[in-house]
This record gives sequence, structure tokens and C-alpha cells, in this order.
Amino acid sequence: MRKTGFIVASLAGLLMAGTAFAQTAVKIGVLNDRSGIYADITGEGSAVAAQMAAEDFGTDKGITVEVVSADHQNKPDVGSNIARQWYDTEGVDVIADVPTSSVALAVNDITREKNKIFLNSGAATSDLTGSKCSPNTVHWTYDTWQLAHGTGGAMVAAGGKTWFFLTADYAFGHALERDTSAVVTAAGGEVIGSVKTPFPGTDFSSFLLQAQASGAQVIGLANAGGDTVNSMKQAAEFGITQAGQSIAGLLVFVNDIHALGLDVAQGLVLTETFYWDLNDKTREWSARFEEKTGKKPSMIQAGVYASVLHYLKAVEAVGSKDPEAVMAKMKEMPTDDPLFGQGVVRADGRKTHDAYLFRVKKPADSKGPWDLYETVATIPADKAFRPLADGGCPLVQ
Amino acid sequence: MFELLGIPPQALFGQLLLGLINGSFYALLSLGLAIIFGLLNIINFTHGAQYMMGAFVAWMLLNYVGIPYWGALFLVPVIVGVTGVVLERLLISRLYHLDHLYGLLLTFGLALIITGVFRNQYGISGLPYAIPGQLSGGQNLGFMFLPNYRGWVVVASLVVCLATWFVIEKTRLGAYLRAATENPTMVGAFGINVPRLITLTYGFGVGLAAFAGVLAAPIYSVNPNMGADVIIVVFAVVVIGGMGSILGSILTGFGLGLVEGLTRVFYPEGSAVVIFVIMAIVLLVKPAGLFGREA
Repeated sequence: MRKTGFIVASLAGLLMAGTAFAQTAVKIGVLNDRSGIYADITGEGSAVAAQMAAEDFGTDKGITVEVVSADHQNKPDVGSNIARQWYDTEGVDVIADVPTSSVALAVNDITREKNKIFLNSGAATSDLTGSKCSPNTVHWTYDTWQLAHGTGGAMVAAGGKTWFFLTADYAFGHALERDTSAVVTAAGGEVIGSVKTPFPGTDFSSFLLQAQASGAQVIGLANAGGDTVNSMKQAAEFGITQAGQSIAGLLVFVNDIHALGLDVAQGLVLTETFYWDLNDKTREWSARFEEKTGKKPSMIQAGVYASVLHYLKAVEAVGSKDPEAVMAKMKEMPTDDPLFGQGVVRADGRKTHDAYLFRVKKPADSKGPWDLYETVATIPADKAFRPLADGGCPLVQ
Repeated sequence: MFELLGIPPQALFGQLLLGLINGSFYALLSLGLAIIFGLLNIINFTHGAQYMMGAFVAWMLLNYVGIPYWGALFLVPVIVGVTGVVLERLLISRLYHLDHLYGLLLTFGLALIITGVFRNQYGISGLPYAIPGQLSGGQNLGFMFLPNYRGWVVVASLVVCLATWFVIEKTRLGAYLRAATENPTMVGAFGINVPRLITLTYGFGVGLAAFAGVLAAPIYSVNPNMGADVIIVVFAVVVIGGMGSILGSILTGFGLGLVEGLTRVFYPEGSAVVIFVIMAIVLLVKPAGLFGREA
């Protein structure tokens, strides 16, 4: 029995080896949070998006794609172990997604060391294309600089001169507060206070009350996920927005708004680079995505799709999966996909595309459970992201 | 206008009141834990998951059946309590003769399973649940704006806590319960069905957690992890109050809410830790807890 199994396995191996000569086999590892607070905006949905990219790319181009996935539990050590195992023993060529900045920075280093390719969509830190930039990394969807300038800049322009921050007490929150403060001050505004809230938190009412007492025009939420949902819910409860202060959600995803409900979230101004209801192409793709997952895609999941698709196009153009050649091609070739439209991958690894300033709809204006945003402004790609020269990336000097 | 340590009194009163509101949740949850531990000797790690179930069942009643908040407030504790009774009969009752540790492992495993099932079904982002119309809005107290709903939470929690304490300490039924924990054989000999009494007690403790869940649904994010986030703090409250002490858990619940509220004013970064610091000190000085009897 065991002998037969061995023979069958060897034959299968031979067959696969036979096809490998004719085809390039690419293995993509989707590494993200599959059970924690970012599981809805990344998670299985990102793996589905990568699979969709492989299917939409087509099987007739001599490239076979295999997608594997794993849970990094938002822990850098867990993420590093999986990344090393994937690269060293499991033949993974590309790691995609990787939310949670600390894990993303760890995978960024490992990918560079192993000379593979890292297509980040999920992480926020702008260091990935700044001081920590790597020739092996593309940062696709968004970053802290872009969020701070999108939402922060818009709020100051709309008259929100004085700010008070509720900041999640860890690296991401601090970075977001720092970047947004810089934007506010540069635009002539003033930061009159901030409070560091334990992460993750449930009750934000005390902090909101401090923000209220400060008399700031804008309360900036430098937090994410459940923290943002709780602070928004409680801000509505304590009548903070009714009393005239505005809330700026600095990192808010469409899934958070869905979780909050429009009664609570209405009027919130936020920045994203993708929304399912932007145009016919995004609607068509999102409908297919919803069929498979039961919900609309987040911008991170859209970014996984678009980055994998662009990678596969580059592999096709080069005719091999050699990381250096493929990266050079990815940066040379303009990007074009149904979700983000046209764009480029810059020398520092930053992918640029338009960003959008959205306002959450009033309940009366919404036509369905996912009809949540109206577009306030489109921020063109060259304004949406940090200028190449300002990031301090060694690759561009 | 006087100031206390650089904090204007308005802000201080506001924060104390908020602390009291958080304390309401701690008190309700730790009360359920204390009852279950006191009478069953089971460390119920499923408590957080059952609190979460309370919030989710309230959401389900509203969205699938159309039963609003007020109906849910009464129905949810019963529904979730019944699931607790089933759990107790099927699994937990088999562990009474073993060490505490087995009960802890079983209930911890159950908590992970329940949380996982809800996460799989409803995702992690959470579900919207609105404040009931009668309780929206708030009162301006001069030193702060108190949402009506928060006031209601304090009142409801106090009433339920005191009623529970009264039943257990001052009525015949409570006397049976306490007797059954001291000497089940003897109480059984008087013709009282002790296993049923214990099952119903577990169901009641679980019902309390579910009640807290319904109270929490309109103000906290309704998501599968909401129980896991709060249960560790609640365990600390129970340890500080003294395992199994009914009145102790109520008083420490409210008291620690106040302490946490104060910490949020003076040193916000420490507010997540302060309860555990107190726990460590209490364990060093009075290992049985503030209201516990020495074993």
C-alpha cells in the first residue's frame, strides 16, 4: 500500500516536473490576520482576492498560480516565522497583503534578505517606502502619510483649526498622530491636546469627555478597527457631534462604517483609495467578490487583487519570475487594473493612484446595506502620496 | 473655583460618574462569576463568551424576529441562560468531582469555540445596535452631559445586583442554595433536588452575563471579541473582591470602575493596568480577597 502510494506520488512528481519546463509556476502567500481585529478587512477576503487575480489573469499565458494563506495573528514573531518557512522550504515567491505595520516591517526585512517579492496592501506605515524602503517591496494601497494628508488636510481646509487626538497607545497610533499633527500645523491649525488610550479599548467615554472639555473643533481618532467603532459609537451617545465638534476618523474602513450603522456614522469624513461603488468596473468586480465572500471588499482586499494582477503581468512580460527582473518590470510598466485605474510603482516601491475623500451618507440617502459613502473630493495621485524626495528612502538618493 | 490636583471638579465628577457606569458592567459580570464559583466551584471562563452571546442574541432578536430592546432585555437572559443549562447538564456537571483546573480548561475551551463560531458567522467588525428611542438623548448635569442610556445602565445594574444579593442572602431559596454548597448530601436528604438547584444556578449566572451583554449592545461594539476583552478585567475584579463573595463582587465591581475612571484622568496610559496592579497588591496583602473568607 505504502509502496503504491510512493510510486503514484513519484509519477505525479514527474508529471508536474514535466509541465514546469513549459510553464512558470508562481506561488503566492497571502499572510494576514485571519482571526483578530483586522480579519474582516484582510483575512480570507484577501486570499479570495489573490485567487481572483490569478483567475482573471488567465491560465493561457504559460503561468500557473498557486495561492496559499496563513494567519500572522498580528504578531511580528509569528509573521516572521511563517515568512521564513514559506521562502525557505515551501517555494513561495511572493508574500502579499500583511496588515499590521510591525509585522509588515519584519516581513519587509526578510523578503529583502531572501531576495523575494513583497506586495504589501494591508499595512499603514509610510516607513515601508520611507526610511525602511526595500528594492523588493511594493506598498500598494494606502499609508499613514496619505491618510493624514487626505483627512487631516481636508478637515483643516473646512475650518477645523484646533485638534484633540484620541490615540491608540502603540506604534501605529503614535505614527498616525505624529503625521496628522504635522499636516494640521502646516495648514495653520493647532493641536491643543491628545490622550493615549490603552489598546485595545472598550470604553472611550472618559477620553471623549476630555476631548470635549478641551473645546477643540476636531477630535482626531488615531486608532483603528474596534477602537474606532467604540469611540464613534460613544461620541454619538455623548452628543459630541451634535454639540458642534467634528470627528475625524483617520483610519476608517468601509467595514467599520457597516458595523457602526449610518445613524451613528453619518457625516464622518474619511479617506480611502478604493470604494466598491466608484464606477462600473469596481461594481462588477465587487459583485463577484461578494458572491464568494458574502460582503463587499475593503480597499485592502482590492489592493491585494490589483497588486497580484500587476505582478503576474510583469512575470508574463519578463518571461521568468526572477525577482530583480520582475521588480524592474513592475516599476517600469504603468499599472492598469479595474479597481485603481491607471498608476505607477515608484522607485521607492510606493504605488500611487487617486485617493478619495468620502462623507458617510445619511440613513435616508442610503439605498442598501453597503451604500455608505458619497464622494466629497478626488485627490489626484501626485497629491495623494508623499513626494518621492521627502520619504528619505535610500533607493532614490 | 477650586482645583484638585490640577483637575477642575467638573471633569473629576464626570469621570467618577463614568467610572461608576463601567463599574456597573464589572459588577454584573463579576456577580455572575462569583455566584457560579461560590455555588458550583467552577471557574466559568465561558462567562465572557456568554456576555457576547447576550449582545448577539439581542441583535438577532431585533433583526430576525423584530423584537426590540425592551423585549430583548427579558428574553435574552432566558435564552442564553437555557444554553447555559444545556452546557451544564451535558458537560460541566461531569467535572464537579475533579480539580478546579479541569472546569477552567473546559470552560476556556468552550469560550474559544463559541467565539470562533460567532466570528465565522458574523465576522470581526461587529454589528450595529441602536440605543432604544426612549433612552436616547441625555441630561445636562452642569458638570457633564449624561446620556440617558448610561444612567439607565447604572440603575438597571444596581437593581439586578441588589435583587440577586437579596435572594441569595435573605430568602429561603438562597438558604437552600448556600446549604447545598456546604453539604449537598444533607440537603438532598431533606428532599431537595440538589443537582437541579445547581443547574439552575449556573443558568442564572449565565443569564446575568447575557443581561450585561444586552445592556452593552447599544454602547459598545457588538463583536465576537467583546467578551474576551472584558473578561480578564472581570476576573481580576472577582479575585480582588474574594472568590465566591456575592456582596464583595458587587462592591469591588463598582469600586474598581471608580478607580479606573480616576486613572483615566490622571494617567490615561495606565488605566488598562491599574486594576491588575491592585489585584497584585491585594493578593500579596490579603490573598483571599477583600471580602473573601480565608480557606
